[in-house]
Amino acid sequence: MKQKINFTLNGKSVSVETDPLKRLIDLLRDDLSMISVKEGCGEGECGACSVLLNNEIVNSCLIPVGTIIGASIETVEGIRESESGKRIIDAFAVEGAVQCGYCTPGMMVGAEWILRKYDKPTPDEIRVALSGNLCRCTGYDMIINAVETAAKRGLK
Amino acid sequence: MSVSYRPESLDELLSLMSEKDLIPFAGGTDLMVQNAGVDGPDFSKDVVFLAHLKELKEIKREGNNLIIGSAATLSDIENHDDVPELLKKAVSEIAAPALRNRGTMGGNICNASPAGDSIPPLYVLDASFRLLSCKGERVLKAEGFFKGPGKTDRQKDEILKDVIVPLKEWNIRKYRKVGTRAANALTKCSITAAAKTKNGIIDDLSIAFGAVGPVIIRDKNIENKLIGLSVHDVKGKIDSIISDYSTVIVPIDDQRSTAVYRKKVCLNLLREFLKEHFSREM
Repeated sequence: MKQKINFTLNGKSVSVETDPLKRLIDLLRDDLSMISVKEGCGEGECGACSVLLNNEIVNSCLIPVGTIIGASIETVEGIRESESGKRIIDAFAVEGAVQCGYCTPGMMVGAEWILRKYDKPTPDEIRVALSGNLCRCTGYDMIINAVETAAKRGLK
Repeated sequence: MSVSYRPESLDELLSLMSEKDLIPFAGGTDLMVQNAGVDGPDFSKDVVFLAHLKELKEIKREGNNLIIGSAATLSDIENHDDVPELLKKAVSEIAAPALRNRGTMGGNICNASPAGDSIPPLYVLDASFRLLSCKGERVLKAEGFFKGPGKTDRQKDEILKDVIVPLKEWNIRKYRKVGTRAANALTKCSITAAAKTKNGIIDDLSIAFGAVGPVIIRDKNIENKLIGLSVHDVKGKIDSIISDYSTVIVPIDDQRSTAVYRKKVCLNLLREFLKEHFSREM
């Protein structure tokens, strides 16, 4: 049974007529072309589908859209346009934090979440914050370094 | 195809629950996985969303109790100053931040997985659950609520309103879970233990084991035998305590681990706890 769902996507109001039990990841990718959001495991264990919901990191594969009415959702399509998003992109490039790239949008969402929470995140805080984001290529160190670099560059 | 409801108030939720046979849906972190279908979620019944209801989200002190709303997220609990350390530690080790931002206390309880990591601390801390329906409320001890894997005493028209945690003073605490990795791994087994000692005498003691039985294992008979003993007495009894517990810890083999491994590790965790805290004079 379709229903009108209103929410904010990357700062803009969105209104869609859809099944409230549809997964947020499917709405974002299939109806709203937010294809940065990737499906990995579909069980909330890999973090590839991470988005920000009211400023907090969540797995969009586990969220029915009927639960996000009135909420603010952010994906890499929005984050990359911001000053901190640009810093994250640069830091990922400088530190070599991207290999195959599949986990990268989720990692960037995680990085943005960390930058909003901490001025000077420690490597341990970054590791805990990104503990739900799996990367099978880098071995993580470059990603941790990239987040630290992006945070440091934001302090100036 | 299932229908979903989104009540605007607790009263509306309770009347929906009394009229229909619904799946209460809080964070959904377990439900969305258990009911995944080829073309999106495929629920066996209609669902009712409840995590948006403010009445269910509050965490507050009430006298000597901490009241945790069933829709408080695991992150809310992890970051709340009044939450007892044991519960905080167990919750902070569940899954990963994105999951803890959605998963709720009530969901972890009502899902009733033997590997639900917030549950052993609730046994140890003597928590009770307040269940609410149109007909009224009832309060059950954690031990009385769980009936088996996925089975609880919650009736069809009831919702879990909140968790009542007595704020006792414990000077000895231990929580340790064993899994394949730190984040996002379901628990193979865990120990949660708390004790209060005064002048070298055990005033109070509570020990629970998770993921090693259909429900959490806590044996008050064994605990009662130890309460009143001196710390020194316990030191000489470690082997007999472990042998008492070895008769009540009866795990199973499953995809995550084996019964033999689980039992051995649990008893080792118990020995570690006893040696850490009762092998010297206090």
